[in-house]
Amino acid sequence: MNRTTSLLTGIIGSFALSVYALVIVPQQQLGGLQPQFTDDEGKIVDISPIENDGIVKAGRAVYASEGCIYCHSQQVRDEQNGLDIERGWGVRRTVARDYIFDNPPFLGSSRLGPDLSNVGSAKWRNEPENEDADHKPAKRNAKWHLLHLYNPRVIVSDSNMPSYRYLFTKRKISGQRSIEALDVPVEDGYEIVPKPEAKNLVGYLLTLDKSHPLKEVKSTAPAVAAK
Amino acid sequence: MTAAATAPTPTTTAARSVDYPAAERAAIDASTRGPVLFFFSNAMLWLALATVLGLIASIQLHSPTFLADIPWLTYGRIWPAYTNVLSFGWASLSGMGVALWLLARLCRVEVKLPGVLITGGVFWQVGLTYGIISILAGKSTGLEWLEIPTGSAALMLVGYGLVALWAIMLFGFRSQSPAYISVWYLIAALLWFPWTFATAHAAHLLPGVSGVVQSLAAAWAAQNFQNVWLTAIALATAYYLIPKVINRPIHSYNLASIGFWTFILFSGLTGATRLSGGPIPAWVVTLSISASILLLIHIVTVSVNLILTMRGNYHMVYHSPTIRFTFFGAVAFMLASVIGLFSSLRSVDKVLHFTQFQNAQMHLVTYAFYSMVIFGAIYYILPRLVGCEWLSSSMISLHFWGAAYGGGMMIAILLFSGISTGLSLADPEASFIQVMEVSNVYQIGRTIAWSMVALGHLIFGLHFLLMLLRIGQPGGEPTLFAPIGVEEKH
Repeated sequence: MNRTTSLLTGIIGSFALSVYALVIVPQQQLGGLQPQFTDDEGKIVDISPIENDGIVKAGRAVYASEGCIYCHSQQVRDEQNGLDIERGWGVRRTVARDYIFDNPPFLGSSRLGPDLSNVGSAKWRNEPENEDADHKPAKRNAKWHLLHLYNPRVIVSDSNMPSYRYLFTKRKISGQRSIEALDVPVEDGYEIVPKPEAKNLVGYLLTLDKSHPLKEVKSTAPAVAAK
Repeated sequence: MTAAATAPTPTTTAARSVDYPAAERAAIDASTRGPVLFFFSNAMLWLALATVLGLIASIQLHSPTFLADIPWLTYGRIWPAYTNVLSFGWASLSGMGVALWLLARLCRVEVKLPGVLITGGVFWQVGLTYGIISILAGKSTGLEWLEIPTGSAALMLVGYGLVALWAIMLFGFRSQSPAYISVWYLIAALLWFPWTFATAHAAHLLPGVSGVVQSLAAAWAAQNFQNVWLTAIALATAYYLIPKVINRPIHSYNLASIGFWTFILFSGLTGATRLSGGPIPAWVVTLSISASILLLIHIVTVSVNLILTMRGNYHMVYHSPTIRFTFFGAVAFMLASVIGLFSSLRSVDKVLHFTQFQNAQMHLVTYAFYSMVIFGAIYYILPRLVGCEWLSSSMISLHFWGAAYGGGMMIAILLFSGISTGLSLADPEASFIQVMEVSNVYQIGRTIAWSMVALGHLIFGLHFLLMLLRIGQPGGEPTLFAPIGVEEKH
């Protein structure tokens, strides 16, 4: 009986230690995190991060549903832990506060594609800085993202990202060609337009920018003005 | 009654504890037949599904247009479906079957009311099926490592509760005392798993859990699934099968005991290495790295013990299918543990994090170690349940060929591709897109390797089916690769 008691005590005790150290204490440390408020003479002029509403919320649902996370991370490591910043994926490491409104957070553990923490920022790049000008892709705006989603290989010839053609519809042109129609070859009289899912996803991607200065982390680039 | 009548000293307990009259043993085996066959055959169906999903995912990584226009089969859904089917379908159900059979034998009790176990298995699988359908329909939780929706997870937990309760009751009513080392590992596995699974889901569900803590809890649960639940079941199995088949007690019971306590203390603390370098407090990662290093004590004790137990009996690897699979698994355990230790170090992790190296490690533990040990156990247990021996040693041999060479090749490719990608990306001038184009070549090799694994599984599945239909060699003598004694004449 003695040995059984010590066995069970050991098992329960070790579990308690494990859950305490790796879940409960981190939650106590981070659970109360609030957005950073910047005030100017008593008036709040800036809040970061902000809640995920509207298109961001809808786009996050598509991001989760299509499993983007299995190839794209959303975490920038500091200079001691890899070259994420040199690679142009961000100007500072991401910290716990960046994710307080993300339910769930899309940290990701695999990079078959680039990190997307700051893909909506104008500074984001996925090419070495000294690359020849003709290899540089166009500005990554909504049009670029939609085309890339529809067929990544139109933009990056050897990309192994899947096409998400099912997030688009082919329909007969009635009257004017839609301004949303993609510039891809399609039979006469038809056009390819994004479904709401594709628009939400791209809308979300364009808002992705975890480079706002926070007091707990130093930025390698000059502070960006609040939007 | 020999073992019960004499008071065994600790060192002989190991050998004697499983040594009781054949008639009693047969009765205990018979009492486990229904539920264990149920768990094994269902696990086989999940293994078949995992094999197919894994193949699709592997092909999609080098041919991204493959099945890409069907939303249910897009890579971002196939991949989590694959890992969940492999873990909660194949690995968990086969593990429950093996754990039940081992506990009944080692505790020397017959299984009563087997319907409870089968009900538990049904609940688990209804929940899991619904969970996998949700993932493929795009309705997962979106949280990596915890994709199965909470409703499905709750059903799975109810089913698990019934199975674990019944299994632990066998321990409670044991007529064999003191407990054998395998029993310790099994009880630890059974008690740990539901709480980690439930805690991670609670962290996802409860309001006020900060974003990254959800990820940390999920990482912790996934690591515990591999390093506590799967590892403990497979080690319990290896500690039973190796001494049993080579007919010699475990080398040192004290060593096994030290190994167990370091295992239970440290392996549950290693989870945060999965988020190394990420937006979580640095001390959590440091704690997990320290635990990974201290776990070396466990790795060394288990390895030394199993190697010294095998000493002088390595020829059994040529004869006995059970030993060939189980010992392969044991070697994979040593390899996986050592690689896991080194890759947890910050200087190594920063290069290998986010590459296929992590994927390689998952397959080293779940496939090369755990699944191979379980294959060995099924080769041992099934004849004792159905009353006939495996039909063909060539089929076992082909299964081993596919699983060991195919699986080994796939893991080697993933390890190598991870290291090469990581080192290439350590140069900031290297273009990410070009490095990824190079890694596509490795993915083709991975598909070839996984096809070999699939072939092995197909043959194993057929052989398993023949056993269920009682088509095999007459019972009594186990089916061996080569008769024992042939080797010595050379």
